[in-house]
Amino acid sequence: MTRSIPSLIIVLSIALSACGFTGVGLPSKSLSSISENPGAAQTRELTVFAAASLTDAFEEIGNAFEAANPGVKVNFNFAGSQILRTQLEQGAAADIYASADHKNMDALIEENLVIANSYQDYTSNGLVVVLPPGNPAKLESLKDLANPDIKLVLADESVPAGKYARQILFNMSQNPEYGKDFETDVLANVVSNETDIRQVVTKVELGEADAGIVYVSDAVAAPELITIPIPVQFNIIAKYPIAILANSSNPGLAGSFIAYLISPAGQAILDKWGFNPIIPK
Amino acid sequence: MNSSSQRVRRTKTGNSPGWVFILPSMLLIGLIGLPILALVWRSANIRIFPFAFTESAVNALKLSLLTSTLCVVVALLTGTPLAYIQAHWSFRGRAFLDVLVDLPIVLPPSVAGIALLMAFGREGLFGNWLSLFGISIPFTTMAVVMAQVFVSAPFFVRSARIGFAAIDPQLDEAAKVEGASSWHVFQHVMLPLASRALITGIILSWTRALGEFGATLLFAGNLEGKTQTMPLAIYVGFEQGLSIALVLSVVLLAVSFVLLVLLRRLELQNQH
Repeated sequence: MTRSIPSLIIVLSIALSACGFTGVGLPSKSLSSISENPGAAQTRELTVFAAASLTDAFEEIGNAFEAANPGVKVNFNFAGSQILRTQLEQGAAADIYASADHKNMDALIEENLVIANSYQDYTSNGLVVVLPPGNPAKLESLKDLANPDIKLVLADESVPAGKYARQILFNMSQNPEYGKDFETDVLANVVSNETDIRQVVTKVELGEADAGIVYVSDAVAAPELITIPIPVQFNIIAKYPIAILANSSNPGLAGSFIAYLISPAGQAILDKWGFNPIIPK
Repeated sequence: MNSSSQRVRRTKTGNSPGWVFILPSMLLIGLIGLPILALVWRSANIRIFPFAFTESAVNALKLSLLTSTLCVVVALLTGTPLAYIQAHWSFRGRAFLDVLVDLPIVLPPSVAGIALLMAFGREGLFGNWLSLFGISIPFTTMAVVMAQVFVSAPFFVRSARIGFAAIDPQLDEAAKVEGASSWHVFQHVMLPLASRALITGIILSWTRALGEFGATLLFAGNLEGKTQTMPLAIYVGFEQGLSIALVLSVVLLAVSFVLLVLLRRLELQNQH
């Protein structure tokens, strides 16, 4: 054992140096950028906690915002709205919270964790049925979702998208064209309640599921999937709220990010990813 | 092997630098102990206690116990012969086999889940072929057990292999000279001598299977009563509200604790 200690130390140090480790809390990148550009203005960082369904759109908006504001770095934390809310309640430091529903945002307003007058709806997102390429279960219309033995994947009821999908099925079963049993028959086909909406997309992309109900924006981000639109009279159009956090270290910068989001440039990117522009209040 | 009787009882010995051992140990005990203490502390609340007895919580606990037990049985039946081969046979490619079997220990569970989907998913390498017979594994309880075996059986095999390797090969030869068959030697000499290592392996793989999350979520999905094990119920509970997740975590903690204590006793009884 004693003889193997030197080689163990070598292996450990190779592993550490390979990942550019320079010490706790001092990433090598920030060290070198400070030493290389002593005259440059200090980088201002903006931390955005955003719902998983916003991933593609916000990443592009983040890049565009960085390009328009030199010296600004936008960091994202994408997860389910409830997970983000819990992280914020437990003291996570961030500047902006972008939830996929009002329930979680309202809770943070109640707890005075966000600046109430910064809160606004800036976009919305409908739902759509997606099928894997090749449509293995040969589904032709929304009615076919009730066919026996098809494998349907939804987001879990605790996830906003899962709640909306169930509301849509309920709305459809109120219509005589689909019939009262439609909701029960479709829910009997559910083989998995995924913990976030991106997992639903993945299960359909892999062909493990015959169908899934996801946001329109998810279907835009996965163009190889076949989509069946859900008519407006049944669909749920979810409004997305955003707000600046009370403990934001840079509320001014956070405000300009939100302003960019509702500007024509920001709305155009959201539109591109399948979100519907809405006129802010 | 008789480790417990060889343990040194620490007494006041004049200049022994005990703190060299105690201080680093305290750091590690703190890192492990404090979060567990906090978990129990935060959930010690009468109001959230009923969440432990909801139908979905009970279903998840039952499914976790069922699948992890099946997983250990599979690991025992297939892993014991494999470990024996690895420890006592010599053949080409043995080193490669050792690394292959150890690989799931270092792989993140998400990689395990994707690998299982690629192999046994409906569009997977073998799943494609299985579907010709009308067999589809994803989203079934079987998929949960397979995910658990993939990530946890290597812990059993590793421990069993070390146990078998520690047995003097001359013992094997001596028994055969006396006229005992290979199977007889395995059953009456090897198994009893390696029993402690086997039980250690069972502890490691059972508890690992009980805690399996990532591979299950990807390969088996999340459906109450069918694929929603405790770790998945805890994750979903976290999305509904912290208190549900807290209570379920403490239930899983208690079950794991009891399992560990029972198996540890068995482990100590099997010292030679």
